[in-house]
Amino acid sequence: MSTFSQVFSEVGVLLSGPDPDLLEIVWLSLRVSLTATLAACAIGLPLGALLGIKNFPGKTIVTVLINTLMGMPPVVLGLIVYLMLSRSGPMGFLQLLYTPTAMIIAQFALVLPIVTALTRQQIEDNWSEYSDTMNSLCVPLTQCVRTLLWDSRISLLTTGLAGFSRAISEVGAVIIVGGNIDHLTRVMTTAIALETSKGDLPLALALGVVLLTIALAVNTLVFSSRTRIA
Amino acid sequence: MTIKSTISTCIIICTILTGNLHADDQSVLVQSTTSTANSGLYDYLLPHFESATGIKVHVVAVGTGQAIRNASNCDADVLLVHAKVAEQKFVEDGYGVNRLDLMYNDFVLIGPSDDPAGIKSITDATDALKKIADSNSIFASRGDNSGTHRKELSLWQHSDTEPGLHSGKWYRETGSGMGATLNIAIGMNAYTITDRATWINFKNRAEHRILVEGDKRLFNQYGIILVNSNRCPLSNTQTGQRFINWMTGDEGQSLIASYKLSDQQLFYPNAKPEISE
Amino acid sequence: MLPLVTKQLGLSVDNKQLLHNIWLELTDNHVTVIMGHNGAGKSILLRCMHGLIEPTEGTIHWAGCKASSIETRKKQAMVFQKPLMLNRSTSANIEYVLKLRDKSESLTQKYLQSAGLEHKADQPARSLSGGEQQRLAIARALACEPGVLFLDEPTANLDPGATLKVESQVISASQQTIKIVLVTHDIAQARRLADDVVFMSDGTVTEHSSAKTFFSQPASAEATSFMSAYIR
Repeated sequence: MSTFSQVFSEVGVLLSGPDPDLLEIVWLSLRVSLTATLAACAIGLPLGALLGIKNFPGKTIVTVLINTLMGMPPVVLGLIVYLMLSRSGPMGFLQLLYTPTAMIIAQFALVLPIVTALTRQQIEDNWSEYSDTMNSLCVPLTQCVRTLLWDSRISLLTTGLAGFSRAISEVGAVIIVGGNIDHLTRVMTTAIALETSKGDLPLALALGVVLLTIALAVNTLVFSSRTRIA
Repeated sequence: MTIKSTISTCIIICTILTGNLHADDQSVLVQSTTSTANSGLYDYLLPHFESATGIKVHVVAVGTGQAIRNASNCDADVLLVHAKVAEQKFVEDGYGVNRLDLMYNDFVLIGPSDDPAGIKSITDATDALKKIADSNSIFASRGDNSGTHRKELSLWQHSDTEPGLHSGKWYRETGSGMGATLNIAIGMNAYTITDRATWINFKNRAEHRILVEGDKRLFNQYGIILVNSNRCPLSNTQTGQRFINWMTGDEGQSLIASYKLSDQQLFYPNAKPEISE
Repeated sequence: MLPLVTKQLGLSVDNKQLLHNIWLELTDNHVTVIMGHNGAGKSILLRCMHGLIEPTEGTIHWAGCKASSIETRKKQAMVFQKPLMLNRSTSANIEYVLKLRDKSESLTQKYLQSAGLEHKADQPARSLSGGEQQRLAIARALACEPGVLFLDEPTANLDPGATLKVESQVISASQQTIKIVLVTHDIAQARRLADDVVFMSDGTVTEHSSAKTFFSQPASAEATSFMSAYIR
């Protein structure tokens, strides 16, 4: 099949000259997915740590629910966010549908359960070692959360990356709430879907290679930061 | 690196990332069928409109069925689709004001070049479909309530065949957009119906060919509708009306006529000269 | 904060009697060593005294205050058999506690020196050897400036040299009038450190006497057999 040789030449073309349209799409992808991931971490990390440390009635139910939400189909979540943000929906007055902000909201909701669930497991495992010492020192709950999060920072980096990977790779939610509008809400995954629908499979695959390259760059960057924060 | 510096770094990154994320006010939101978007027509037309008026046009390209549904939810200023009956109902139901003809092209029946049903050189589209059904040749249907799907169903009706009875056998409903359905048809060596613009613009044609064309029942009319601001107070009626006026006016119409791909004209303008305000 | 007084102390968890009918009074600022077989309830008693576990029967009071009250507990510190090292540098482990107790971080150096770890201040605490980690854990506990220091088998996993270094740290703490309560299996260590000995068997205290009396003439049969098993 000659498609694959075409893919490599397309990749070469895409990566050789800085095509402003491609750069715009790449930058928006990064912007949306990184913002969504960081926001999800800002809430998911402390929330997950709290769930891992504190015992309360109904904890099992909450844990199972959050673990289940990790499997939320992006299309379904996209539809929910669409109905909320639609001009005829409850939050239509904000005029956010078909903007990057809407895409960030959708990806935030996709990533939050992943970050929360993985953090909870990580912190719960560590807490069994910490609980005696923390109780002995009379460390208040909020500071326990901070201490455990900071001490687990290396493994939580992977948690953040798992969330980012989910965000940057999903297409179902962003195409519904973003609309794949050229120069406004087109990101890597929706561009790939578009080129596939135009039957330009080599270009679609080449864009996929570019997307993976970006993910590789982000992962490399995060991984190299491990030594600095260790 | 301390906790504080980590948090402040995150905040700085967030500020950079979230800057300037909102759509500008001087814009039109168009819910459009995929064929017009995928053909590259908007890339050709819109820069002219935008430089003339300073209004940005944001096009959401989905199937006609979904485009009408989105517009019914007020998530559009202008609707540009190709399913006249559904469009008239949209206006009658009060969602839109004043449907106008914009342009037309035609549908074509495509299939594998070895043509197992033997429909090549048949001029009557309904006869061709009948032969496909009689020979149990695989046919890929959009199955998504789009303009193309509606046209296909009306053709089946004229050929006195009920393909739904054979769904999953030789009649395969993809439930997908035109591009995805074409990819599937090519993968399954199936027949399907598509608008000419999408086919000319489609890259993954493999051994598929246009087999039936020119039947007047394959006529494909595009309409343009302004979303009703009485029902949708948040819609940008003024910019939407300007866009419609421009598209149906001399400049838009002549630009539509001049858009060519592979030396073929894709759309034929046919807006009536008497345009409302 | 002394004396520590327990009256008819008992603890049962899931219908299992772990401690019962313990009457104990610790009065002076010396080193009390708790001994006994595995499962005798030594560590659990220590945790009750420290207020980590609320007893199900009887009472524990430190100078009249309930053991589980925060004010009392903040005047105590505990070092566990397997010390928890916070995932940060050696000095940051000390600073953590100083900050927690609103004390000046300039004291860090002093506590590092007391543990003989000033040359490893910037190393990750988890890269220290077992003995160094235990010394850091004790220094960190002392940074709380406690009135009482509980030690739960602090040298169980250490070689003799490391054990002696930990012991000298404990002795110097007791010389600063910190009450030491130490759980150990090591009779030789008990002889070196103890001023008085509490002997436990089957969840209760069978004997509480001065070290001199205990090691020359243990009163209870359980203590006698325990000592002979180790001497043999």
